[in-house]
Amino acid sequence: MAATVSLHVPSVGIAVRSAATTEPAWVRRTLIGLALAFLTLFLFVPLATVFYEALKKGVDVYLNALIEPDALSAIKLTLIAAGIAVPANLVFGVAAAWAIAKFEFRGKSLLITLIDLPCAGSPVIAGLIYVLIFGAQGWCGPWLQAHDVKIVFAVPGIVLATIFVTFPFVARELIPLMQAQGSDEEEAAIVLGASGWQTLWRVTLPNVKWGLLYGVILCNARAMGEFGAVSVVSGHIRGMTNTLPLHVEILYNEYAFAAAFAVASILALLALVTLAAKTFVEWHYGHERQAAKQESSA
Amino acid sequence: MSRILSTLLAAASLLAAGSAAADSTLLNVSYDPTRELYQDFNAAFAKHWKAKTGETVTIKQSHGGAGKQARAVIDGLEADVVTLALAYDIDAIASKAKLLPADWQKRLPHNASPYTSTIVFLVRKGNPKGIKDWADLVKPGVAVITPNPKTSGGARWNYLAAWGYALRQPGGSDAKAKDFVAKLFANVPVLDSGARGSTTTFVERGLGDVLLAWENEAYLAVKELGPDKFEIVTPPLSILAEPPVSVVDKVVDKRGTRKLAEAYLQYLYTPEGQEIAARHYYRPIDKAIGAKYAKQFAGAKLFTIDEVFGGWQKAQKAHFEDGGVFDQIYQAK
Repeated sequence: MAATVSLHVPSVGIAVRSAATTEPAWVRRTLIGLALAFLTLFLFVPLATVFYEALKKGVDVYLNALIEPDALSAIKLTLIAAGIAVPANLVFGVAAAWAIAKFEFRGKSLLITLIDLPCAGSPVIAGLIYVLIFGAQGWCGPWLQAHDVKIVFAVPGIVLATIFVTFPFVARELIPLMQAQGSDEEEAAIVLGASGWQTLWRVTLPNVKWGLLYGVILCNARAMGEFGAVSVVSGHIRGMTNTLPLHVEILYNEYAFAAAFAVASILALLALVTLAAKTFVEWHYGHERQAAKQESSA
Repeated sequence: MSRILSTLLAAASLLAAGSAAADSTLLNVSYDPTRELYQDFNAAFAKHWKAKTGETVTIKQSHGGAGKQARAVIDGLEADVVTLALAYDIDAIASKAKLLPADWQKRLPHNASPYTSTIVFLVRKGNPKGIKDWADLVKPGVAVITPNPKTSGGARWNYLAAWGYALRQPGGSDAKAKDFVAKLFANVPVLDSGARGSTTTFVERGLGDVLLAWENEAYLAVKELGPDKFEIVTPPLSILAEPPVSVVDKVVDKRGTRKLAEAYLQYLYTPEGQEIAARHYYRPIDKAIGAKYAKQFAGAKLFTIDEVFGGWQKAQKAHFEDGGVFDQIYQAK
């Protein structure tokens, strides 16, 4: 089982590579310099600009932009959407990865393909799908209107769109890890008399906890930052259906540049926190992966 | 895990708090450049309503390209009132979703348009390309910025204004007008989806020599972004743009907000409402207020869409439907 999966463990063979490098020092320096220049130009400068523009008109303007009612409501809605989408995808991701990694069944490759679907399509299409299904002119539109249920242009639509675009993150992270770990430990647990739940809680989940956390962090970052899909189903009602990224666009279009960058800086901060958390988890996660690798090769 | 739990808890408490506040609300679905106008007007109306009835009213706004906004209302965005860029978009809501009667435009005075506007040119300071009239826009080397007539109401007014101008020149004909508009669009480097997007393209990104814009949008851009950088050129002949408003009957009857919604729109016609419109550079229909603000509106000769095109339905069919004149000239490019 484990042998069929190729794992990309990055840290193997650094010592070997440095000895094998034959390029002269100037080539290496030029390459490193180029990479750094590229990063500076495309990552650090824009990031610094966000904070510079946000604070350009003073801390008062900055804070006012953040505690203004529409901004607060955008923050609230973003938290709600992520607060529902992330746990939903956590449960789904674990279930799907578990089924795919530990069992053989018909239609398995179809399931894997379906999980990847949201990554393959444009988010705008994801949003449009929900408008076509739940919109007033859509398939379920008349029924929903008769029962006074609002999905698109309201919070449920935004949550649905967010779940859709963040669908693959947890499952995609867990599947290779679980496959590498194999099902030996689970089999042992069952033989020793553990129930299915006990196996899941005491054996499977502890083995993948860092991978799981990694997936959740990525999922959360995407959920809070999503623009396209959410824009289509939002209806852009201020103070009601605008998420943080949509609010940034509105402020920018209203010539409130300092405020737009102030709100954008929250998203940028979120990205930095995500990055830090990701690095921390990756450090632990690397151990988990390597352990899995050693076990499977032993 | 505790992080997830706390996020969940926070979300749940926010949800509970959100549903508690249920005062009377209105949703006004509008087009792009009215953001500042309705921000002021909503505050004034809320004050007026409070004084008159003692009720607190909250007005929510949604803005975007007029065509896109009409589409959202058709797809179920529950607008109590729509205040869009042109009659055709509200017609579409009436015909496609049957949310309001076909004769909606007869229900309020002045074609249901409480304010009017026109199309002007915004040029860079000193007018380096010497743009004075429509004919200057088709000269080689002049980059014109306008949004896409397919999605933006303002852009459709731009297009029709150019067409009307060409038609009214000596020896003007439909064929000559088509040729003129085709030449004009050949000078357009970017088609944004809404009027505000085009303004940002011209003003912030610095693209183009001239922006075709709503008069009010041009004044706002100059005011917000620097009188020292831009100038407004009002062509001697342009179109009278009538952005109409309407109550959305099915929605207000369902939500029980008809009285409030009707009062809201009628308030646009009062001297207070007209004054606010004029302050935001919309041409008021009230004569007295119009006289007071007369000097901020250049006296261009304005033709109406009914005179030149026989109304919005005809103009839309001939020019902007799939395969219409706009598609022919834009593809031919």
